[in-house]
Amino acid sequence: MALIDLANPTRFLTLVNRLLPWLAAATAILFAVGLYRALGAPDDYQQGATVKIMFLHVPAAWLGMMGWGLMSVAALGTLVWRHPLADVAGKAAAPIGAAFTFICLVTGSLWGRPTWGTYWVWDARLTSMLVLLLLYLGVLALYWTAEDPGRGARAAAILSLVGAVNLPIIKFSVDWWNTLHQPASIVRMSGATIDPSILVPLLIMAAAFTLLFFTLHLAAMRNEILRRRVRTMQLMQAQKFAEAGA
Amino acid sequence: MSAFTAILTRDMRLSVRVGGGALMGALFFLIVVVMMPFAIGPDLNLLARIGPAVLWLGALLASLLALDRLFAVDHEDGSLDLLMMGSMPLELAILAKAIAHWLTTALPLVIIAPVLGLMLNVDLNAMGVVALTLLAGTPALTFIGLIGAALSVALRRGGLLLAVLVLPLTIPVLIFGVAAANAAIVGPAPFGPPFTILCALSLGSLVLGPIAAAAALRHGLE
Repeated sequence: MALIDLANPTRFLTLVNRLLPWLAAATAILFAVGLYRALGAPDDYQQGATVKIMFLHVPAAWLGMMGWGLMSVAALGTLVWRHPLADVAGKAAAPIGAAFTFICLVTGSLWGRPTWGTYWVWDARLTSMLVLLLLYLGVLALYWTAEDPGRGARAAAILSLVGAVNLPIIKFSVDWWNTLHQPASIVRMSGATIDPSILVPLLIMAAAFTLLFFTLHLAAMRNEILRRRVRTMQLMQAQKFAEAGA
Repeated sequence: MSAFTAILTRDMRLSVRVGGGALMGALFFLIVVVMMPFAIGPDLNLLARIGPAVLWLGALLASLLALDRLFAVDHEDGSLDLLMMGSMPLELAILAKAIAHWLTTALPLVIIAPVLGLMLNVDLNAMGVVALTLLAGTPALTFIGLIGAALSVALRRGGLLLAVLVLPLTIPVLIFGVAAANAAIVGPAPFGPPFTILCALSLGSLVLGPIAAAAALRHGLE
């Protein structure tokens, strides 16, 4: 089944209704396994038990960036390929990605207090993640102020593409600048530097959070399609009353 | 006279004649810079240290306020639709409008920046450098602001939305502009790298800004 077959909203809704319970169950199972492994992981020799915030902070950061990447791909779908559900995908991804970015900033701040001695520092990584949150809020503002969902979606698509330039800046900020945030230790050319006893639970939690993202995303897409149908029905009913009254 | 020059001169004439003209932006810049010592306190050493940053922030806010008028006025009286339907590429028409906007709104800011630097006790030698960084960086502010102006042209409360959209994108310009200004004043960091990156940002946004703004106008107003 090609992507274009999903362009029919009704067919997409039936697919989502069938898929969503399985996705939710898989998410729950992965969370159970991940949390068990995460809580059983050893303490860091230097940070002690606070290193376990990483199991929440790092997946949230990854998913915040992935959310914007998903919005950029959906933007291409809206503007270039004119896929009918691409703008729904982008609109659904925005609040979820913003929430994960916010979680990343808050958990990072709480982790920084005992380990760095400060809640916040204006280094490149933290600043670029804050800029990502501001860009998310800008896109959400575009969706809120647009009266016509289609027009707001197209404007937001352009902003998603423009803001995608921030993603490589976030990724490479710890390499390009001298930062307090620790440098890349997982996605590196020479392999990960984290011990497997902590890396494996981290990857399981990341997978669990990713499944959670897609579960919420598909449910949000379903909600958006139904919301647009309600709006169309309201407009049709209002037009009927107007014609009857005239 | 080519179409590009015609749009350029038209926009320059309109900017200068309507709504207080070029001096309105400069006046706002002046007021913002005057407000800062009231809030921060009259300590001259402190003001000298943060002087370049205050000038940059004032220039950013002043150019942000004027961006609202860039497309909204033309959209209201229909000339934007004519530009979009014309044979001239929309990107070039927007580039002409943006250059006119920079010449009439941002260039006065650059010119009065040294005078305002006096009020902030900025070092006399440094005032020229700060003006130079503003000269190199305000085109980037204009061309990045184009994108936000095009996105918010047909929406309500466009002014506030414009600020929300544009400010995160202009953060790199602000960072490198102030870094260049401070490097020249205080040292020891070299002035070259941040200044050349600032110029690169201006040149890059000169190309990408009109393209993104044209796409935003086409998709947003169809």
